[in-house]
Amino acid sequence: MLLESIKFILMGTYVTIAVIAVALPLGFIVGLLLALVRVYGGPFISRLTSIYSTVMRGVPPIVLLFLLFFVIAGSINLSPFLAGSLALGIISSAYQLEIFRGAILCVSSGQMIAARSIGMSRSKAVLYIILPQALRIAIPPWSNEVSTVIKDSSLVYALGVAEILRRSQFVAARTYKPMLAFSVAALIYFLMTFIANRFLDAVERKTRISAH
Amino acid sequence: MAEPIIQIKDLSKQYGGKVVLKNISLTVNEGDAIVIIGPSGTGKSTLLRCINLLSKADSGSIKLDGKEINIPDVNEDEVRQHISMVFQDFLLFNHLTALGNIKIGLTQVRGMGAEQAEERAKEELTRVGLAENAGQYPGQLSGGQKQRVAIARALAMEPRVILFDEPTSALDPELIGEVLEVMRLLADEGMTMLVVTHEIGFARQVADRIVFIEGGVVVEEGPPNELFYNPKTERTREFLWKITELYGHDQVESQG
Amino acid sequence: MGDWMDILAKYLPYFIDGVIITIKLTLVGLALGAVIGMPAAIGRVYGSKWIRRLCVGYIELFRGTPILVQLFVVYFGFPELGITLSRMTSAYLVMALNSGAYQAEYFRGAIQAIGAGQMMAARSIGMSRLKAIRYIILPQALRLVIPAWSNEPISLLKASAVAFLIAVPDLMTQAKTIAARTYNPIGTYIIVAVIYLIVAFILTGILHFLEKRLKIPGLELEAQRT
Repeated sequence: MLLESIKFILMGTYVTIAVIAVALPLGFIVGLLLALVRVYGGPFISRLTSIYSTVMRGVPPIVLLFLLFFVIAGSINLSPFLAGSLALGIISSAYQLEIFRGAILCVSSGQMIAARSIGMSRSKAVLYIILPQALRIAIPPWSNEVSTVIKDSSLVYALGVAEILRRSQFVAARTYKPMLAFSVAALIYFLMTFIANRFLDAVERKTRISAH
Repeated sequence: MAEPIIQIKDLSKQYGGKVVLKNISLTVNEGDAIVIIGPSGTGKSTLLRCINLLSKADSGSIKLDGKEINIPDVNEDEVRQHISMVFQDFLLFNHLTALGNIKIGLTQVRGMGAEQAEERAKEELTRVGLAENAGQYPGQLSGGQKQRVAIARALAMEPRVILFDEPTSALDPELIGEVLEVMRLLADEGMTMLVVTHEIGFARQVADRIVFIEGGVVVEEGPPNELFYNPKTERTREFLWKITELYGHDQVESQG
Repeated sequence: MGDWMDILAKYLPYFIDGVIITIKLTLVGLALGAVIGMPAAIGRVYGSKWIRRLCVGYIELFRGTPILVQLFVVYFGFPELGITLSRMTSAYLVMALNSGAYQAEYFRGAIQAIGAGQMMAARSIGMSRLKAIRYIILPQALRLVIPAWSNEPISLLKASAVAFLIAVPDLMTQAKTIAARTYNPIGTYIIVAVIYLIVAFILTGILHFLEKRLKIPGLELEAQRT
């Protein structure tokens, strides 16, 4: 009976990973694009992006989750899982925007000058010279963001999605063993962040540029 | 014959498989100004750090006023009240003023009252010529000033001996003079000191004895004139004259 | 959505009640977190093997699990062990422990940035390790940590928002009720978002003021050089 309960909670991991698998890449793509806009774009659009970043990072994720959920659910008929995951992705994009922006600014301006001086266009320089270096620099803070997304995925609980936490609650109610149920949930999350961080540490070590 | 202040016998230390100090023996008597020279990375700084127990020597004996200090359960803090150190990178306490840097040792280590400590600290600061910088923070001082404050901080503890670990190596050339001047005055007043440095001019002028260390061993030691004009080994002669070419020549000439 | 002005006017007292609780949660969590985090950081840098392990364990546990799960463990799980805490106490406790772990990492960063040199200089004039930590390392670390640490009040403010899921009567709980009553979730939550932004703005302002007051000439640069 106990084993089945734990298995039941564990199955929630698939859902959680699915949420992350939607949110993280979405945040990455949007965040990276916005970072490029913020650094290389004209003053007006750069300002706009800056406001986006300040607002999205200044409001609690759960509030944004609800807002985006109601907006998305109001216009298209999406499942709570999908709406929640997309919302988390949009929230993460603001944080990732700042991470990539910081990393791009870290790459010395000399690199751009050198690239232009051999005739590269601005966009090619960004794509082949700046970004590869920036992405490596971004790995440590990005690793942090991955942990954050893993933990924030628990927020979709509030939308009723049957992920780890909701299943733990179910088990807690059924078995009258809340301590065990929620500790299992905590352990699963801990293992996920732990593994993710270790993995990204290894990636960082393998791709180290000696100048940084 | 008085007991030597520092008596080192057969001191050895290994670091990461490499032998850094090998059976070093050295005697430091009261009032001695001993200058240690030698190529970089040959254990000179390590030797100093073993003496004031910031580093642990693997074997050998270090005696302070006749008492053995290279033992496992020695009271390090107490030993360091009698053996002060001045570092290459000054290491002033950034959050305290120049005066505060000197005061804190007096109040927190020697247990002096605040007023008395303030008085003594002012004295030491005047002694190194920085009385008017008392209220400034390390971030506002030049390198030479910082090092002089560091010397005052060391002096305030009234140590039996001061260890100088390459005190001018991190300074811009024009600031070196003011620090060496303070050190020379101290030597003239009879302060016992052990100085690791590349400043050959200083060594020739001020040292009672020069110790040449290379490869973790004492190659030769003796009064400056002996080492410069009558060295016992070829290596000593080679090193000294090469170093004089690089560092000491101008100083030797300008100081006659 | 245009009638959110009306919602604000009509339900202002409720919003205010909620904000007060939210601010209480944040400030108490911040203060207690500092009390927990600082010793944890010191233990982690200077402690013996077992103290270090204990500190690392605590820090990694609370940084590696979602705050919502932590809340559930304390509020729903502890009673099973015989420890029954009220909603508010559970929330305060979790906020404190959670913030403490993050603050410990900020303090640790500052302590290590001060550098081994300062400790060496302190020992070289005969100071004991304890005195060196108290009079030399900590005073500098506390000033060095301010820029990084100033992220924490805002982080905690945002984290506090999940407390409504154990029915703590904070801003979000009020919002839930109001959203239901007005059938206007979007309008309500936009107001809530704006309120959080205003509170965050005020907090940041206070922090900047404090940062200016505590500056030591040349300290930030010096600590990076030596």
